Amino acid sequence: MKVSYFPGCTLKNKAKDLDAYAYRSAEALGVTLEEIENWQCCGGVFTTSQDEVATKLSSVRALKYAADREQPLVTVCSACHNVIKQTNHAMQTNKEFSAKVNRYMANDGGYNGEAEVYHYLEMLRDLVGFDKVKEAVKNTLKGKKIAAYYGCLLLRPSKVMGMDDPENPVIMEDLIRALGAEAVIFARRNECCGAYTSVESPETAKRNASAIVENAKAAGAEMIITACPLCKYNLVKNGADIPVVYFTEILAEALGVKEDTDGK
Amino acid sequence: MQRVGVFVCWCGSNIAGTVDVQAVSEALKNEPGVVYSANYQYMCSQAGQEMIKAAVKEHRLTGIVVCSCSPRMHEATFRKTAAAAGLNPYMVEIANIREQCSWVHKDMMTGTEKAIILGKAAIAKVNLNAPLTPGESPVTKRALVIGGGIAGIQTALDIADAGFPVDIVEKQPTIGGKMAQLDKTFPTLDCAACILTPKMVDVAQNEKIRIFSYSEVTDVHGFVGNFDVKIKKKARYVKEDICTGCGACVEKCPMKKVPNEFNLGMDNRHAIYIPFAQAVPKVATIDPNACNMLKNGKCGVCAKVCAAGAIDYKQKDEIIEEKYGAIVVATGFNPISMDKFDEFAYSQSKDVITSLEFERLTNAAGPSAGKLLRPSDGKHPHTIVFVQCVGSRCAACAEKGKEYCSKICCMYTAKHAMLTRDKYPDTEVYVFYIDARTPGKNFDEFYRRAVEEYGVKYIKGMVGKVVPEGDKLKVQASDLIANKQLHIDADLVVLAAAIEPDKSARPLATMLTASMDTNDFFTEAHPKLRPVESPTAGVFLSGACQGPKDIPETVSQAGAAASKVIGLLAKDKLTGNPCVASSNELMCNGCSTCERVCPYGAITYIDKEFRMPDRTTKIRRVAVVNPAVCQGCGACTVACPSGAMDLNGFKNSQIMAEVDAICK
Repeated sequence: MKVSYFPGCTLKNKAKDLDAYAYRSAEALGVTLEEIENWQCCGGVFTTSQDEVATKLSSVRALKYAADREQPLVTVCSACHNVIKQTNHAMQTNKEFSAKVNRYMANDGGYNGEAEVYHYLEMLRDLVGFDKVKEAVKNTLKGKKIAAYYGCLLLRPSKVMGMDDPENPVIMEDLIRALGAEAVIFARRNECCGAYTSVESPETAKRNASAIVENAKAAGAEMIITACPLCKYNLVKNGADIPVVYFTEILAEALGVKEDTDGK
Repeated sequence: MQRVGVFVCWCGSNIAGTVDVQAVSEALKNEPGVVYSANYQYMCSQAGQEMIKAAVKEHRLTGIVVCSCSPRMHEATFRKTAAAAGLNPYMVEIANIREQCSWVHKDMMTGTEKAIILGKAAIAKVNLNAPLTPGESPVTKRALVIGGGIAGIQTALDIADAGFPVDIVEKQPTIGGKMAQLDKTFPTLDCAACILTPKMVDVAQNEKIRIFSYSEVTDVHGFVGNFDVKIKKKARYVKEDICTGCGACVEKCPMKKVPNEFNLGMDNRHAIYIPFAQAVPKVATIDPNACNMLKNGKCGVCAKVCAAGAIDYKQKDEIIEEKYGAIVVATGFNPISMDKFDEFAYSQSKDVITSLEFERLTNAAGPSAGKLLRPSDGKHPHTIVFVQCVGSRCAACAEKGKEYCSKICCMYTAKHAMLTRDKYPDTEVYVFYIDARTPGKNFDEFYRRAVEEYGVKYIKGMVGKVVPEGDKLKVQASDLIANKQLHIDADLVVLAAAIEPDKSARPLATMLTASMDTNDFFTEAHPKLRPVESPTAGVFLSGACQGPKDIPETVSQAGAAASKVIGLLAKDKLTGNPCVASSNELMCNGCSTCERVCPYGAITYIDKEFRMPDRTTKIRRVAVVNPAVCQGCGACTVACPSGAMDLNGFKNSQIMAEVDAICK
């Protein structure tokens, strides 16, 4: 299976390993991630002001690229996914917005929300299947106690993202179980890590991040996984004393392709 | 040719507001067969009915068309009118120009046009109507009550009181249901056991009542007055008639670590057990999933200590077949699972409990002997947060909760909060609510007392998250009136879980062909006027299986259901519905299609001799409908490939005439 892949800016800088592990793991599962040519920044944040068109154009171009190839558009970074999925939803449901956008899209041909956007986790669940992932595991993670940290952007707004129940998600826990490890459920798994407040008010980010890590540890976690570079940054920066890694890393480890990517 | 009279009803302004009734009666005057047409303000009133009767006499009418409300509303009324005027009641047709016309149209022109078309269709049909005579069937004078909670108990006692035998089928080892688990009852705060257990004893001692405990209904056939029911009596491995309930076996049983379902798993019971001290029947039951003797043949202690010799490891499930005239469904409710509400940390902390668990914690016969202690460490909780509407009124999250209000939670939470403050005045009690819904006799006064006399802190707003941290539960909530976020360090969080119908209700509804709503509550025959009858004749509803209900309401509905059953069983014969299927033997080719589609098992095949034109005889296989079992659903008439099956009162020719009249 071939899919269009939107890595996003952080995955080419701070979060190179998130990207590399995603590639190799997909390959091991028989999925080729075809990186979108000349992709641009997703826009960073999905603004709710509807006259804000320019920041969403790059997302629309990525969506159009996948739609033209009749491929699902796969993302990894929580923030990119959030922006692209919300933009696609706006293109499907907000006529005024889509008309405005299409005035800028004249040279590329029009776009009306035809693409299907999948987060990498959704790709594993819906396109590959967790049972297939389970079969492909070479190094089981049995005995490890791993907590899935969702953060805020991955699941919300839930009606648009349509990934999982934002209060009681299971998708990452199901992945952890498929890889053979024990999924640790903790209360703060869907609370905000502090996000951009780490710039303006580092204490706020510290308070949130520490509470999350402490809560995960108290629930018995030995490791935290996340899909979001900013979440990882905040948790690690604010003194997490258990490993915080991307979900693609444990996936690569379990599939036996981690070593291939370590040198990259 | 029929002589048809048309009667157009105004229904006050309900119909006349959007339909020109005068124009309708004028237009229908010229339809084939019509010899009289009139309109009147309320056709269903005495004066309206008299008008119909007079017209029948004066114009020698043979058929009647009433253009009025839905036939579900007044078909029976007008059939009686026709009968009183000397006509066959099945010569009446209703054109529904209210629900299907005036109520859904705003424009007088289009409304009137449609009313005329509907009237024409009914006239076309009545022209082909033939008099029908209903058959009669006998009534088995015994009632079945499914479910042995307070609803089933009260229904059974009331039926037995009138002198009719009743059987109660209860799937648990004892009757008593949810009420047996409660501590106090609102608004009078009398103890649940003190008012329930005497009733349970009454049931046990009543000669007219038989209890099939640890049993389930597995099959229902037949029809009103004549139900054939199969009841599976599950093996309890104890001979019920010999066991004295002394409890010696329970004491000696070495298997002590089985979660006790009566205390909602908050303590343990033995593999052989009596659910609680006042159980009826007071008989031990062996849990086959926990008993060593049943699992691997090693133990047998209970058999050794039983002085009565009641233990029987070889006991098998037993099927009992019985006939009943009426069936009462009283399958009750359960709190919903908290799996999908883990934002309240139910799976993460033992100190997050449901309200039913709270009942057991405060019950003197419960796991903590009535002392309010935290399940995690046995300490007294100093701050308790009650969360209402967990899964109720969940319109925005229907995939995890219920859209309806569970009705009982506001009152029992007020009760819990009040009792806590009364017994432990040093405890801070918060209640988070969307609305406090406390209508009912002495209910709102009760809730006000909790707030005003007992100082319970009611906060309008919802809890967003509960985080277990150390030995505290960090509660994050919003106070909608003060418009601020609250953070409370609680010792115990109590969730008022929504209630839903028992899981056994859905398969039972299929067996009974009784209808349910989208939430799996049984549907009543009429939401206002027939609240305790199901639309399936002979099946009645009692208690929370029909919708969320508190005890007073359940008991009154149980009594109402009983009186309906008594009314039915008091009859010696029942008049059937003549609108049943019948097969034209000359056209039937014996293909069995109708037999396969019949949901009631009303069709059988016989080999019948036919005389051929050349005076020889030929034996052919043909379908025969049992009119007593047929419910007139019409499935067979649609399925029959040769057109031999027809439904009396709804013959294919009549339906086609209606369609033709509409399309003309």
